[in-house]
Amino acid sequence: MPMRTPTQKGRFGEYGGRWVPESLVPACLEVADAFEKAWVDPGFREQLQTMLARHVGRPTPLTPAERLSAELGVSVVLKREDLTHTGSHKINNAVGQALLARRMGKQRLIAETGAGMHGVATATAGALLDLPVTVFMGEQDVERQSHNVFRMRYLGAEVVPVRSGSRTLKDATSEAMRHWVSSTEEAHYCLGSVVGPHPYPWMVREFQRVIGDEAREQYAATPDFVVACVGGGSNAAGTFAGFADTSARLVGVEAIGGSGATFGQAGVLHGSRSLFLQDEHGQILEAHSIAAGLDYPGVGPEHAHLRDLGRAQYVAVNDEAAVAAASQLARTEGIIPALESAHALAWVAEAAGTPDLPAGSTVLLTLSGRGDKDIATLIARSEESRA
Amino acid sequence: MKTDRKILMPYITGGVTPQWTDYLPAMAEAGADAIEVGIPFSDPTLDGVTIQEASNVSLANGTTPQSVLNELSETTVDVPIIVSTYANLAVRKGFCADLKAAGVEGLIVPDLPLEEMPAIEEGIDLALLVSPATPPERAQEIVARSRGFVYAVSSMSTTGERDHLPASAIDLATRLKDATGLPVLVGFGISQPAHAAEAARVADGVIVGAAIMRRVLDGAGPARVGEYVATLRAALD
Repeated sequence: MPMRTPTQKGRFGEYGGRWVPESLVPACLEVADAFEKAWVDPGFREQLQTMLARHVGRPTPLTPAERLSAELGVSVVLKREDLTHTGSHKINNAVGQALLARRMGKQRLIAETGAGMHGVATATAGALLDLPVTVFMGEQDVERQSHNVFRMRYLGAEVVPVRSGSRTLKDATSEAMRHWVSSTEEAHYCLGSVVGPHPYPWMVREFQRVIGDEAREQYAATPDFVVACVGGGSNAAGTFAGFADTSARLVGVEAIGGSGATFGQAGVLHGSRSLFLQDEHGQILEAHSIAAGLDYPGVGPEHAHLRDLGRAQYVAVNDEAAVAAASQLARTEGIIPALESAHALAWVAEAAGTPDLPAGSTVLLTLSGRGDKDIATLIARSEESRA
Repeated sequence: MKTDRKILMPYITGGVTPQWTDYLPAMAEAGADAIEVGIPFSDPTLDGVTIQEASNVSLANGTTPQSVLNELSETTVDVPIIVSTYANLAVRKGFCADLKAAGVEGLIVPDLPLEEMPAIEEGIDLALLVSPATPPERAQEIVARSRGFVYAVSSMSTTGERDHLPASAIDLATRLKDATGLPVLVGFGISQPAHAAEAARVADGVIVGAAIMRRVLDGAGPARVGEYVATLRAALD
């Protein structure tokens, strides 16, 4: 079953859609129309391909994690999105959308960011294509990701701290949407994950499918398992897209405190009907994770659909397991992963040798980003554990 | 909602103060023709800072959709009550039946465009919004499916007080008046009596939210809010 184009209304099964204020409907239609045309235009595809090769560093390699595999008893191969320019898969989508924005004649970019990686990616793409960038970031994330805030500003972007709600990604997304309402004429909203109104969940997946398509080509056979971490779920959607029509088992790994696909209920937020953590009255709950990029109370609508179909399985791991997995990868392979990716590794480490992930299985795991941004968190963590 | 005068629909966030329903009769006596009651949502993506703050205060008070509706049921006020809230609450099973049972006459859901309308249960008048960016054919379809009244969004912005009424408000109201027999109410950014008067020269009335909630959050009681509503009434008459 390949991952298909959503319906005209942007539905993946019963999820998706375009739940936005009327003021944003024309803007969403404009983006959908522009993307549909661009995506079938060989000129656009070639331009994107060239930028991905020259600026992003694609294709990224596959790395067999030999010592880790020996420890776990399963054969793990890593798809190295951490080796892209800017250090995470977010750059694939940011470059794609920035090119699209320029094609649409937009003069600037708006973005939201959690861990800061999408903000850095958008600031980079904006610098490259001469489009000023405004990034909305929860105040709590501004504090814990100061390194990335500096990078964004150094790249010329304006970073706007968001003080409402939980002061994390959920609120940054709300604020970016509010800002877009008043600037649809000149600005393109460069959304960073497979969430939001149609066409974003589809468009972002298509910009990220380069991960899965490359990995499919690079990996000689079909892996038994394809594993990726899920916040909104863009690296997972891109990876899954390359393997959805194979026999590989698709596993999305969430943070226990931000596990929309695992524990969420159907609802409507930020333009989509999908699965969200909410209380019994329908108020959206705040997500909590050591990985700022997984600090989102929902998942993209296509993930909700894949879950319902049983095509992908979603599981959750806790902060401790993620930190331990990051350390294990550093020690065995010389790679410090982003704490987001460490969640995917943690599930593999926990499940290896159990019926969920039998010994000897082959696993393709997307390392969505590198852990440089998380060093302060890791230092604080190791100081805590020493105290 | 038909009156022989220009329609004034003030707004209040349900549960923003423990005695919030006391504002309803005060606003009705001061000349409101209908009152919009907001059921607070955790993530109000179309609201500016004032109504966001009111929503947070209300949720921190322990407000739930049911608590707002229970309190409305116990209140006697002789103007129609229109509830507004976000889609995540409005599409929940039984929500419209609960509104009806509480005596609510209409519903506004700002993040529910035309295409997603079927998600709302029957039985309540859903008033749809039209924005300055809505193309004419789409506006036609929206007004044809709107019930009770049509909500003309004055400008491409979130809710909140503004210094002046944008030209887009008058342009949109004029377009909509030509397209429908339903009352056309202008909302977003109407914060001074002069804005109300200006908008109502074309439209059938106005909706005033943030300017009221600013006063409520600053501690104004029902009498003071009533005085402010009376100034809007006077400007419309």
